[in-house]
Amino acid sequence: MAKINVDGKVFEVDPNNNLLQEILSQQVDLPYFCWHPAMGSVGSCRQCAIIEYANDEDQRGRQVMACMTVPREGARYSIEKAAGFRAQAIESIMINHPHDCPVCEEGGECHLQDMTVMSGHTYRRYDGMKKTHNNQYLGPFIGHEMNRCITCYRCVRYYNDYAGGTDFGPQASHDNTYFGRFQEGPLESEFSGNLAEVCPTGVFTDKVFSKHYSRKWDLQTSPSVCAACGVGCNINPGERYGTLRRVVNRFNDEVNGYFICDKGRFGTGYVNSSERITVCMSRDTHDGRPVQIEADTARAQLKAMAGSAIGIGSPRASLEANFALRELVGADNFHAGVSDAEFGLLNQVLDIYSNRPVNIANIRDIENSDCIVILGEDVTNTAARLALALRQSVRNLGKEMAAKLKFPNWQDAAIRQLAMDRKSPLYIVSPHSTRLDDVAKTVHIASAADAARIGFAIANALDNSAPAVSDLSVDEKTLVDQIVADLKAARQPLVVSGTSLLEPALLNAAANIATALANGESRCNLALAVPEANSLGLMMLMQGSGNTLGKALGSGSKQAIVLENDLYRRAPARAVDSFLGGLDKLAVLDTLQNRTGEAANLVLPAGTFAESSGTFVNYEGRAQYFYSTFPAKAPILSSAKWLTEGKKTEEILAEVAASLPGGAILNKLTPGADFNFAGMRAPRQHHRYSGRTAMRANISVHEPKQEQDEDGIMNYSMEGVPPLKDATVFSSPWAPGWNSNQSLFKFETKVGGPLKQASHGVRLLDNSGAANTWYDATVTKASGDGFSVFPVYHLFGSEELTSRSPAIGEKATAAYVALNPADADKLGLAASDGVQVQHNGAVPVLLRNSIQPGTVGIPVGLDGLNFQDMTANVSLEKARDWQSPKGWRAANIIVSDRSMKKGEAN
Amino acid sequence: MSNIIASTAPKARALTPEEIHEIEHEKTHYPYAQAVGLEALKIVQKYQGWVSDESLLAVAEYLDLAPDELEGVATFFNMIFRRPVGRHVIQFCDSVACWMLGCDSLKGHITSTLGIEYGETTADNMFTLIPVPCLGDCDKAPVLQVGDVVYRNLTPEKIDQIIADLRAQA
Repeated sequence: MAKINVDGKVFEVDPNNNLLQEILSQQVDLPYFCWHPAMGSVGSCRQCAIIEYANDEDQRGRQVMACMTVPREGARYSIEKAAGFRAQAIESIMINHPHDCPVCEEGGECHLQDMTVMSGHTYRRYDGMKKTHNNQYLGPFIGHEMNRCITCYRCVRYYNDYAGGTDFGPQASHDNTYFGRFQEGPLESEFSGNLAEVCPTGVFTDKVFSKHYSRKWDLQTSPSVCAACGVGCNINPGERYGTLRRVVNRFNDEVNGYFICDKGRFGTGYVNSSERITVCMSRDTHDGRPVQIEADTARAQLKAMAGSAIGIGSPRASLEANFALRELVGADNFHAGVSDAEFGLLNQVLDIYSNRPVNIANIRDIENSDCIVILGEDVTNTAARLALALRQSVRNLGKEMAAKLKFPNWQDAAIRQLAMDRKSPLYIVSPHSTRLDDVAKTVHIASAADAARIGFAIANALDNSAPAVSDLSVDEKTLVDQIVADLKAARQPLVVSGTSLLEPALLNAAANIATALANGESRCNLALAVPEANSLGLMMLMQGSGNTLGKALGSGSKQAIVLENDLYRRAPARAVDSFLGGLDKLAVLDTLQNRTGEAANLVLPAGTFAESSGTFVNYEGRAQYFYSTFPAKAPILSSAKWLTEGKKTEEILAEVAASLPGGAILNKLTPGADFNFAGMRAPRQHHRYSGRTAMRANISVHEPKQEQDEDGIMNYSMEGVPPLKDATVFSSPWAPGWNSNQSLFKFETKVGGPLKQASHGVRLLDNSGAANTWYDATVTKASGDGFSVFPVYHLFGSEELTSRSPAIGEKATAAYVALNPADADKLGLAASDGVQVQHNGAVPVLLRNSIQPGTVGIPVGLDGLNFQDMTANVSLEKARDWQSPKGWRAANIIVSDRSMKKGEAN
Repeated sequence: MSNIIASTAPKARALTPEEIHEIEHEKTHYPYAQAVGLEALKIVQKYQGWVSDESLLAVAEYLDLAPDELEGVATFFNMIFRRPVGRHVIQFCDSVACWMLGCDSLKGHITSTLGIEYGETTADNMFTLIPVPCLGDCDKAPVLQVGDVVYRNLTPEKIDQIIADLRAQA
C-alpha cells in the first residue's frame, strides 16, 4: 500500500492500480470518460487531470492524467488545482454536442451530463456551427445518434477490444471522427447491448427501451436475476405503467461483472406479450370450451388435485415454485420437467461438482485462467456471458508479458500493443466452428463422443492412474500432447464443458481432466454449462429420485399438474400426446400460451420473473434470490403462491432451506422478511419517481393505496430510505452527482470489487472433502444408417420464453439443417434447397464447411423442427416442391466459418 | 430492413494481377496483415485513382481483415481518397506560413479559375482541389503539390501556368 495526500487528505492506496481508480475507491469524486473499471486506461479524454507535486517544497506541480499515473508513496496530489484545465477540456469536448438532453434517452442517467456539471462547464461560449453526422441502422437492439458523440473511444474499446467484435470501428480523424459500421446493418456481436451502458452519453441507446421509453427515475426497479440461461447474470429490470420497459446490468463481481449478453437484455419482451395467460380458465374435457373462472375457484380446483395428481416441475421455474409443487403432490409424485437425457446429465453435473476435487469456476476464475480447454460446449450460444469472460482469459499471456516489463496491468492499449496476437492457449473441441474460434490456439472439429475420448486421453496423459483410451488417431494424439503440455505449464488452467451436446462421457472427461490437474489445495477450475436458469435447482430438489419425465409420461396417471413447462420441448411429441390424451385432468401454471397449455383443463396465470420473487440456482450451484419488479396484475400470481395458497416467498425459501441437505445457507440469501432501513422497507421506486398521483388520472382522480408486496423487504413505492451506499437490497445505482450507472463505484468496497453489504448469492455445493477418483473412459459411439445428429443452439431463438420477445424474434431464424457441402452435393442439394428430415417435414439447408461429413446439425427450439423428435441418426433427402419458409434468414445465423462469411458456401 | 441492405451492399471486386503482385511484395515486409493494409490501399489507389467500396472490400478480403478495420485506416489518412478524384489532385497548403504569405487569395484564384471549392472536382474530371496542413516547405511558401511535384513561391501567374501545363499533359 502507498500513502498519498490528495488536497490535504491522506489515503492508503494500492500502487498496483492507477491513481484515478484508487481515488474513486476512496469515494472521492474525480471526473472521467474513457477509463472504465473493466477496460482499464488509455488516457484519451483528458478529464481526470490532476496536479502531482514533486516533493513537499514543490508549489507549482505538474499536470498528469490520474488514470495514467501510478500512485507514488508519499506523493502529494491536488484535484482542485486542476479544475480549470478540466473545465477547459470538457468545454472543447462539448463543442459539437447537440445539447438535446430533453429528447435523448440518456438524459437523467447520462455520465456526460454528470461530468459536465462536475467539471463546472455550465455556460456555453462556442457559437459556431456544430458537426452533424448521418446515423446508421444497427439492427433491432441498438439505436445510433452520432451527433452526441464526444469521441471517448469507449465503444470501440468495448465492442472491438473487449468483446471481439469486428463489424464496427472508428472512422476518419480529429473533429470528424465517426463510430459505426463500414456499411449499416445489424451489429453482429452477441454483447452489443452493453454499448448502451458503456457509452457515456446517448450515441448508443437501447432501441427496445426507446420504443416505450421512460426516464430512469420514473422506472420501478428491483434486484433481479436473468431467467434466460444457466449463468444467472444479475439484472435490474425497470417497469412503468405495468409493463416491463428495459433490463440493465446489475453488478455482481462473481457472476457477471459489468456486462450481460443481448439475450438477457433484449429478451424480456415476452413479459408484455399479448400471448400472456392473464385469467384462470377451466374446462371439463380436453377439447371442451374453456370458461373463465375466479381465482378462488381455480385455487380450490388445484388443491383438490393434491393426492391424486403427479407434478411435473420446471428448470425455468423458481426453486420455491418447484418445491411448492413437490410439497403439494408429494416427493414420490414429483417429476423433473427436463428431457430424460438432460436428467442424467444434470445429475452428473451435481455429482462432479459435489464429489470431485475441482474448483467450480465463477466468472473471475474464468477471466484469470491462462490455459483453457473447451470440450464440446458452444458457450457463446448456451451460456453467453461465459464466452465474454473466456475472451478476456486469453489476454493473460499479454498481461504476464507486461508484468515482466513492469507495465501496470491497467495500461490497456500498451498491453494490447505488446501482446499483438499472442494469446494464452485456448483449445476448442467441437462438432462445428464456434464464435470463439478467433481467439483459439487450436480448433479441433470432432463429434461429442470423439471430444470425450480426447478429454479422457488428456486426463490419462496428465495422471496415468486415470483411465486410458486406446485407438487415438495421429492427429488426436498430437492435439492431446499439445494440450497436456500447455495445461502442465499453466498457472491456472480451466476446463469448460456442458450438457448441451447431450453426451454424458463429455462431462466425465472434463471432470477427469480437472481431477488430474488437482494438486492438494490447488484445484483446477471447471465450468459446466447447464441449459436453464434453475436446471440445477430443480435437480437438487429431486434429491436423487429417479422420477424422470419419461417415468411421468409412462405412469398412466390420470391427473397431472404441470409447472411452467411446455412438455413438447422436453419429450417426443408422440409420447406427450399419448400422456396428455390419457389424463382426466391437467392443470397448467404458466406465463405464455403453449402447446401443453392447449390440452389443459385448468389454467392458472403465472407471474414471470419480473412479477415474482424467488430463487434460481445457476451453473455453479449458486443460489440467487430475485425480487419481483412490479406487482402482478390479478389474478396473475407467482407459481409458488398459487401452489402454497399465498405463502410468503421467504417462508417457502426457509422451508426449502430446511429440506435440502446443506440448504441452511439459503437463509442467508435475503436479509429476512423483517428487514428495514430506518423502520421502513426498501423502496423499489426512485425518490424522484414522478406522476404517482397523476398516472391513474385517466381512470380515477382518487389515488389508490400503493400496491402491497406480500413478501417482506421491498415495497412498491418510493417511500422508505433509498440505500445510497448500502447494497443489501441493490437495484438501481444512484448517488448525488452521479445519475448514471457509473455511480456504481459508490456501492463497491473498492472499484471493481464486491458491493458493500451485498449478497453474491450462496454456493450450495460443497466439494471440499472430495478425493481423486475417476470416471470410466467409456464412450458409446452411436452407429446406424443415415446422418449422425448433433444439436445446435442459438442464443437468439433456442430458449423458449426469450424467443417470444419481439426484438429477439427479429434476430432469430426458422429451423434448418446444417450440413457439410460435400454431403449436400451427394444429396443433390443446392444452398437454396430444402431437406426432408425423415418424417419431420422439410426445412432449409445451411451449408457449413466446419461440419464433419456424415453428421448433421439440428437446431434446438427453432420453429419448424422439434429436436425432441429426432433419433440419433436421421435420413435426409432433397425436399420436393420446396419453398423457403417465411422467417428463414440465413443471414441472421452468425457462425464463424470464414468461407461462409465470404459467401462462398452460403 | 436488413434485406434491403443486403441487396444494395457493395461487393468486393477482383484485384488485378498487378495489384496482387505489389501487395504480395509488401506482405514480405510486415509480420501482421493489419500493417500491410495501408500499403495495399496505396497500391490500389495508384492503379485505380481512388479507393472505392468495392476496392476496399477486395483488399480486406485479400488480407483477411475486417472491412470495418480497413475503413478506419482508409478514412484516417487524407491522402487515401474514398471518393473519385480528378486526374490531378491539387493539394493546396493552408497552414500558417502559407497563410501569412497570402494563400487565401491564391486559393480564391484557383477557385475562380477552375470553378471548384475544396473537396470538389472539375466537370471535365481534370482537377480536384483539397487542402493539406503543411507540406514542410515553409521557407518557400506559399506552396502546393500535384502528384509528386511541389510548386513553390506561388503567385497567381505561376498558378495559371501550372494549370495550363497540367492540362497540356492530358
